[in-house]
Amino acid sequence: MTSSPTPAPANLAKNSWRTLPDETGHFGQFGGRYVAETLMPLILDLEKEYRAARHDPEFQAQFDDLLKTFVGRPSPLYPAPRITEHFRALAPEGKGPKIYFKREDLNHTGAHKINNCVGQILLAMRMGKTRIIAETGAGQHGVATATVAARFGLPCVIFMGAKDVERQKPNVFRMKLLGAEVHPVTSGAETLKDAMNEALRDWVANVHDTFYIIGTAAGPHPYPELVRDFQSVIGNETREQMLEAEGRLPDMLVAAVGGGSNAIGMFHPFLDDAEVAMVGIEAAGHGVETGKHAASLTGGKPGILHGNKTYLLQDEDGQITEAHSISAGLDYPGLGPEHSWLHESGRVRYVPITDDEALEAFQLCCALEGIIPALESAHALAALPQLTAEMDEDKILVVNVSGRGDKDIFTVAEALGVEL
Amino acid sequence: MTRFETAFAKGPALVCFITGGDGDTAANLDALVEGGADVIEVGMPFTDPMADGQAIQEANLRSFAAGTKTSDIFAIATAFRARHPQVPLVLMGYANPMTVRGPEWFADACAKAGVDGVICVDIPPEEDAALGPALRAQGVSLIRLATPTTDAGRLPAVLEGSSGFLYYVSVAGITGMQQAAQTSIDEAVARLKAASTIPVAVGFGVRTPEQAAAIAKVADGVVVGSALVDLVKQHGDKAAGPLRELTSALAQAVHSAR
Repeated sequence: MTSSPTPAPANLAKNSWRTLPDETGHFGQFGGRYVAETLMPLILDLEKEYRAARHDPEFQAQFDDLLKTFVGRPSPLYPAPRITEHFRALAPEGKGPKIYFKREDLNHTGAHKINNCVGQILLAMRMGKTRIIAETGAGQHGVATATVAARFGLPCVIFMGAKDVERQKPNVFRMKLLGAEVHPVTSGAETLKDAMNEALRDWVANVHDTFYIIGTAAGPHPYPELVRDFQSVIGNETREQMLEAEGRLPDMLVAAVGGGSNAIGMFHPFLDDAEVAMVGIEAAGHGVETGKHAASLTGGKPGILHGNKTYLLQDEDGQITEAHSISAGLDYPGLGPEHSWLHESGRVRYVPITDDEALEAFQLCCALEGIIPALESAHALAALPQLTAEMDEDKILVVNVSGRGDKDIFTVAEALGVEL
Repeated sequence: MTRFETAFAKGPALVCFITGGDGDTAANLDALVEGGADVIEVGMPFTDPMADGQAIQEANLRSFAAGTKTSDIFAIATAFRARHPQVPLVLMGYANPMTVRGPEWFADACAKAGVDGVICVDIPPEEDAALGPALRAQGVSLIRLATPTTDAGRLPAVLEGSSGFLYYVSVAGITGMQQAAQTSIDEAVARLKAASTIPVAVGFGVRTPEQAAAIAKVADGVVVGSALVDLVKQHGDKAAGPLRELTSALAQAVHSAR
């Protein structure tokens, strides 16, 4: 279980898993720059500017400083004793690894999203852009974007499906408090993918002064790469903290995958450590077999949407189908292109988890560790029964608790039939 | 001569767009031709039309509500070709429906249906491999878009591998928005024509015969879409008459501009 060290494909440069995307923005057949011509010059500019920023010590220093003083990093790597005991008790004799949580829920704004927003707003200012736009589903990325826009005094418009605006009123109010304009999107199904369409429409019309802060490691190149790099602080810290705590690397990393930014941020720094297994958790909604799910890898196939080629939920004509998940953050019919590549190449294993399994794990984590996890993170926790049963007890497993669940208490209450 | 060459050889051409499967498409396409359209564009509906404004977004939804599938679009094209052997026919749409069965399948279906050209909004020259080679192998023109942000440095890449005509998107924005200032169109068209050996047609935001006439003074073609799609919305299955009327006014304006 812990030892499926898939060797890197020999055709990769330096025989490493960490050299992609290639210079045209592709991860194997995935990724790329499938955008309207109007956006192409800007995308090329962004890539150039990002390359320069990465090699600019001043940019890096500013990013690190903001992560420390504004976001509150490093986030703790927490040994979760009661969860560990719980699963050890359920596992066969000698099984049940030691479980750690990477506590991204303790970041400012309550999730990993802020890491990426800090990086992108610094890039926006470096490019001289004076207006920020973003899409949001549940509102977490919208809040994180509104937060950095307020911090740097830039006007900010958040596109959000009208249905989500209705479902996520507290986050809508948060964004407004932070000075953002929330634009309800009434096209299509009025959810996250439609919000992204509308953000792209705004961007095309305002490309001269506007920077689009994409919330996950997806979209046209270089977004998947730069979001991954900004989020890699998660994996880099985990490595350092684990070496300090245990004197060795973990045996398995587990993270939820919607678009996949918390997972790729956790996984990428470890991709070349063959002894570290990685599992990405997809949202299976009511169950992949019901058709009401958001598991793009398990239930979708490769296609082109929102600037990149990746696994998508779609029908035989290539029309995009609606995703379903109890977790609004996972409720998207695609995922980042690097995950599609890691899936096809076998380096990372992807496992679907249903709404009900996530709800159970949500409650278990609250009761056993005193931590209310985001429903997204609860999907990762819900894989523990199957993963821990097969791992020896001297092994170490890290779950990325990507966000806190305060935002989800209304959804959970409703699902449990509790009236607030 | 190809159908495109014939159509553009007569002077400025009127290019008319409607969404396939929205209303009585066959009757509507006939009305466009009868009204004087020189080139026909049929929109392939897509669930996520991120380059389109409200008019064409809604047309897509109406088309889906009527149950339109990709096979219906090719049936529309095949029947159009049988009725109108000489009028160039273009399919316009997005990458995923065009590539989902493989680009070769799509190019083959285009060729069999008598489609002359394809406009794919979200495949820029950088991703040409996803569709371009398959179309060219079947003799179907790949019609690329140039925009106000396409600078002189990029233009050769945009023109490379494209044929039929070059579609100049006159505004940085989505379909059905305000038209760009005529002076900026004049400048852009002059720049594009200097670099291009294929005709240059201008679209996005063109709604009236007056606008069309002004553009036809400088460009090889004028594309009108949202204004026609609005008529289909307004008149439902009885849109052919109003479409013929508007097309006729537009055609007169375009054809007499030079």
